[in-house]
Amino acid sequence: MGYPVLSTVIFLPVIGALILLFISRRQEVAIKGISLLFTTATFLLSLPLFFNFDKSYKGMQFEEVFEWIPAWNIRYHLGVDGISVLFVLLSALIGPLCVLISWDSIKEKVKEFYIALLLIEAAMIGVFSSLDFFLFYVFWEAMLIPMYLIIGVWGGPRRIYSAIKFFLYTLVGSVLMLVGIIVLYFNGGNTFDIPTLMTKEFPYKLQLILFWAFFAAFAVKVPMWPLHTWLPDAHTEAPTAGSVILAGILIKMGAYGFLRFSIPLFPDATKAMAPVMLALSVIAIIYGAVICLVQSDLKRLIAYSSVSHMGFVTLGIFALNQQGLEGAILQMVNHGIVTGALFLLVGIIYERSHSREISHYGGLATVLPVYAGFFMVFTLAAIGLPGLNGFIGEFLIILGGFKASKLAGALAATGIIIGAAYMLWLYQRVFFQEPNPNIRDYKDMNLREIITLLPLVVLVFWIGVYPNTFLSFMHESVKDLLVKLQ
Amino acid sequence: MDFSKDLALIRPELSLSIFAIIVLMAELLIKRKEVIALLSLLAIAFTGIILVNTDSGFAFNRMYVSDGYSLFFKLLFFVSAILTILLSIRYLGMEKAHYGEYYSLLLFSVLGMSFMASSNDLILLYLGTELMALSVYVLAGFTRHRVKSNEAALKYFLLGAFSSAILLYGISFIYLFTGTTNLQDISLRISQGDTDPLLLISLILIASAFAFKIAAVPFHMWSPDVYEGAPTPITAFMSVGPKAAGFSVIARVFIVAFGSIAFNWKVILILLSVLTMIVGNLLAISQRNIKRMLAYSSIAHSGYALLGIIAGTPEGIASTMNYLLIYTFMNIGAFAIVIILATVTSPPPVTSPPIVGEDLSDYEGLAKREPLWAALMLIFMFSLTGIPPTAGFVGKFYLFMSVINAGYLWLAIIAVIMSAVSAYFYLRVVMLMYMKEPVKAISAHPSLSEAVAVTISTSLVLIIGILPYYFIEFTRAAMSL
Repeated sequence: MGYPVLSTVIFLPVIGALILLFISRRQEVAIKGISLLFTTATFLLSLPLFFNFDKSYKGMQFEEVFEWIPAWNIRYHLGVDGISVLFVLLSALIGPLCVLISWDSIKEKVKEFYIALLLIEAAMIGVFSSLDFFLFYVFWEAMLIPMYLIIGVWGGPRRIYSAIKFFLYTLVGSVLMLVGIIVLYFNGGNTFDIPTLMTKEFPYKLQLILFWAFFAAFAVKVPMWPLHTWLPDAHTEAPTAGSVILAGILIKMGAYGFLRFSIPLFPDATKAMAPVMLALSVIAIIYGAVICLVQSDLKRLIAYSSVSHMGFVTLGIFALNQQGLEGAILQMVNHGIVTGALFLLVGIIYERSHSREISHYGGLATVLPVYAGFFMVFTLAAIGLPGLNGFIGEFLIILGGFKASKLAGALAATGIIIGAAYMLWLYQRVFFQEPNPNIRDYKDMNLREIITLLPLVVLVFWIGVYPNTFLSFMHESVKDLLVKLQ
Repeated sequence: MDFSKDLALIRPELSLSIFAIIVLMAELLIKRKEVIALLSLLAIAFTGIILVNTDSGFAFNRMYVSDGYSLFFKLLFFVSAILTILLSIRYLGMEKAHYGEYYSLLLFSVLGMSFMASSNDLILLYLGTELMALSVYVLAGFTRHRVKSNEAALKYFLLGAFSSAILLYGISFIYLFTGTTNLQDISLRISQGDTDPLLLISLILIASAFAFKIAAVPFHMWSPDVYEGAPTPITAFMSVGPKAAGFSVIARVFIVAFGSIAFNWKVILILLSVLTMIVGNLLAISQRNIKRMLAYSSIAHSGYALLGIIAGTPEGIASTMNYLLIYTFMNIGAFAIVIILATVTSPPPVTSPPIVGEDLSDYEGLAKREPLWAALMLIFMFSLTGIPPTAGFVGKFYLFMSVINAGYLWLAIIAVIMSAVSAYFYLRVVMLMYMKEPVKAISAHPSLSEAVAVTISTSLVLIIGILPYYFIEFTRAAMSL
């Protein structure tokens, strides 16, 4: 390509944010327009990653290397492989959707909101494409600042509590990883370069310590049971765009961390700890699903469903076989699409009703038929209906799970059943039954809202019908990962 | 050793003394105090030029040393003094306490600190410390009409006098044991003989006195009261200048003179550092006054900065120096916002109205009323927490790297956990500014000099955060103990 793709997609949003700094806060349309322009451009410019990615090559592609802090042997090193490339693309896609969905719903401090949104997009893409631990940590932490503000400033009634809880949970986990990174640096020959470190072998005891240090950061982000309690608060209180980013991308960073760092760097510790991780995953799947059954808050229900769905992802990862790993990666993408879309849909109805209570609704299908149609697609995708994307991911994960442990596979499968129960019951309470008098004069989705959701609907069907487009990206890299585990 | 060569080496100090006296005289002749402030700024800048052109070497019977290490710290003192002066002009005018002596005292304290950084002898070290301390005692009580300012000065003076006495007591023990006050000679004598219990007592005494200067727990009691009562520019100055001076002597004395018994003083410093990080951060959580909160935060940061000296390696010392440099910009930056917001409702000195911008509640909804200053405060708060891409992160990262490399992994873990705790109170300021509605009508009227100071601090916090290379190399090159 004629331009450094990864740097472009990281820094284009930053440039957008800098331009916003100099625009008067009264020019709200200009602010939104520029944000949309920059996020869309970022997405379009990220497309070479999709079309020009060499699927037959297992290593890093689109690499960029510059000296950054030679004193510590730190380099600005970017690159993607089959594991990370889809997340870069997904982050770039979520960006413009978040701008579109916030168009009318964010009315206060508009300028700051879009600056935060643009910066968070840059940091997300940075996390998935950095190949130097220092750089990775900078992006990993830098994203906390705008996220903290997005939850705390533009969130719901309990936003301040949720924002600080989110920040502290993540920070405590991250700083332990920071210590781990430094220990890794000194034990791996004074380098932060991730591909170089992956060629090194570390003694088992060190692997074990580092595995848990990194676990602290990743398990909080995923979040794995029992470190998940920040998630329902943060997801519920965040504004729609914030929830979409949290559910769509941010929590994927934890699972990505396991795939990118824990498995290849600490293979022996990973194998030894896999049973523990499988147990935690199964608990998360069932616990998250059961809690969903008793939620009366629409957004909170979807938030808890994330705990359950991410349980599937970690189950697939720690099954440590081809099916499990590929299923996990695909399921991360799926969950980003489906849960992201569900949060978008909740945001759309919240803009009309300003209520998240399920009991506030009922019979929406008669008043907002288009909305009900969209919601149905994503509900079925979340349940894992064959032909939609959720099915492929969950199927692969359970296949891998059975191979690793019959018990884990069986228990995870019951999670799917409870999943179907709470989602269908939710759909029934919100869309069927007699129309609730509250909702009679609500307007159906407008064009902007439909455009926001359309790309996600396309993806749901695309992955559901022809998953190979996406699975083919990861085959080689996952095989390579498994070789490291041998 | 000929005398003129000695004098050539202490040219920066000579220049500072002469200017300090000129500024004092100018007070009698010049009515407009801004001119005196400008004169002091030029004096420091001029001395800075002399400083970088001064050779390195020993002077006055190896009492005084000029090396990369002292150069680094002197530049640091000069920068903090320049920023302090820029922040003082409007503030003192508002407090009707604008006298030329203020600038003269500031120069004298910088002179004392310069001698501290350059002292290769315990006697000169003591003299430098006293010169600095006496000047700062007066500066802390400069807003005479405020009871709290008087309290601050008196408290600082009484406790400071104790710490000086303890320092002298420790020095006398060392003299008793080694028969010298020169750092290299002490080191020589110690490495020849065995460690005497007397020597350990003197180590404890000296460490306590230094711990007082850097406000390390349990010798920190003075600092919240003094920081709260002193005029805010002086608080900002105390939290960076004299503190850095304290660190400069700790590192030099312990490494140069007591390098061979490092195990003994490391135990003391580890204890101090752990206590300081824990107590400083925990007590900061419950503060309602931003100056007090920043005082406890400043205590906690002393605990972090000690980590590099505990590591004891050249990298470790360099990481402490680097941290002090970064801390100077981010902490003065945070105080600068407090100073910019500072206004009084009725004119002193008839009454002593509370200064707006000191209570944490004054920050509620600031982002709505003053988006620019709120955004800058946000940067400084995140930098103090140590979140990338700000300079605070780079500073802490360097410290953690050196302390882990020296084998103190558990210290690094305590430090990172306490940094996570500190996020709570730093973020509270952000929370108040961005997530609450404004209740009080607060507006900032920054003067040009204040704007300059904030611009310098902000740009350095961001530049060091994103491109730290040159600053790390600079510190490493300066590290030459």
